[in-house]
Amino acid sequence: MNLLLEETVPGGGHTSLIVKRGQSLRVTDLHGGANVSVMMVNATEKSERLNLPDSLKCQHTAKLTAGHCLYSDMGRVLAAIVADTCGWHDSIGGVSNADEVFERYGSGRYQELRNAFYRNGTDNLLVEMSKWGLTISDLLMTLNLFSRVDVSDDGTLSFVKGNSKAGDYVDLYAPMNTLVVLTAIQHPLDPNPEYSPKPVKLELSEADPGVAEVCRTACDENVRGFINTERFFL
Amino acid sequence: MTSTLVVSDKRPETAAFRQTVAAGEPWLHEVKAGSTLRIVDLEGNQAVDTLFYSLADPRERFDPQRTLRRQKSLYLTAGSVLYSNRGNAMLTIVADTCGRHDTLGGACAQESNTVRYALEKRYMHSCRDNFLRACAHDGRLSKQDVSANVNFFMNVPVTAEGGLTFEDGISAPGKYVELRAEMDVIVLISNCPQLNNPCNAYNPTPAELLIWD
Repeated sequence: MNLLLEETVPGGGHTSLIVKRGQSLRVTDLHGGANVSVMMVNATEKSERLNLPDSLKCQHTAKLTAGHCLYSDMGRVLAAIVADTCGWHDSIGGVSNADEVFERYGSGRYQELRNAFYRNGTDNLLVEMSKWGLTISDLLMTLNLFSRVDVSDDGTLSFVKGNSKAGDYVDLYAPMNTLVVLTAIQHPLDPNPEYSPKPVKLELSEADPGVAEVCRTACDENVRGFINTERFFL
Repeated sequence: MTSTLVVSDKRPETAAFRQTVAAGEPWLHEVKAGSTLRIVDLEGNQAVDTLFYSLADPRERFDPQRTLRRQKSLYLTAGSVLYSNRGNAMLTIVADTCGRHDTLGGACAQESNTVRYALEKRYMHSCRDNFLRACAHDGRLSKQDVSANVNFFMNVPVTAEGGLTFEDGISAPGKYVELRAEMDVIVLISNCPQLNNPCNAYNPTPAELLIWD
């Protein structure tokens, strides 16, 4: 693994980067209990965006883990989850806005708390997306790395504590140039009454395309998804 | 929230608007705050793919993840409040004789059909084509505004292991869902033309739309 970049995102922080075709982004939960809310778009044609419903239905899954692909609305693979020590990433919960954070944690202003102020996932992603010319219309359903929400037979949602341990990581391989926008912020359904988002480490590296075979060959759907992705580069 | 069947006392003959939408057609219409929209699955197990926008600012739209986490339940049914991406209540489901409606399955598209079924399925009609066609003619909406939709009458349960399954048999001829608008909204529907999925018995059918002021 040829490491190109290593960076720690503090709890509450947000950042964005282009993971180029053939590169892989490792996200590591440093302390355990982290949550990373993620939005992705095609870096060269930003109207092409992460489409979680398309990703879920074509792989017959609601959770996301190793072997799964994250699809755009154009039937291409923005990222393939080629390694995952955590086992379950959430597609249901989305990101809180300022009102929801206030309801849960109370007031936490910059005036008093400086950079420990209470941030929210919606605004963090909107700010980061705005830097690339993206707007609230581009903020679609988001993925929450390291979090798990169970669904009972009657549909009741329950947040599962302890899903991710210190050192757990997920590797996102990009078969196309993918703009990844993320924030390390608490999951909206995390019952913890304290505002305490956890830090994560990002490692960007060159990858052997062979690492994506576990995803490409996981099902016939993904074989076709990779064909669609290759055709974008003809 | 467990699904509870709630029957409406509204009579079709008093509706201010009544239209049947054939399978495979889009429908874009305004519904004013306080008005009630009924969507009827005329022949059973038809997917009615639906998006909602604020009439005052169409950038404000239905937000499935906020809606689900606020009700702490995966399925929409009577009592569900549909929230926007700005956190406002858009519509409330006030009657439902089906009992469960999907928010995770999204809409079919030419491109997702190539992934799900076969590369050569690209040229079959799809919900996203309907959405984009309606957006292009209406002028207030564009591809950027096409987000995750509700699939009325579709049953897409999540298993304990996190699997996603497409089940049939929950809707039936004449079942309906009724929504009261909490703000002025634009309703964008694609009456799903999907021919590759057993959830509608490979047979897309008409839906009826009624509005009471």
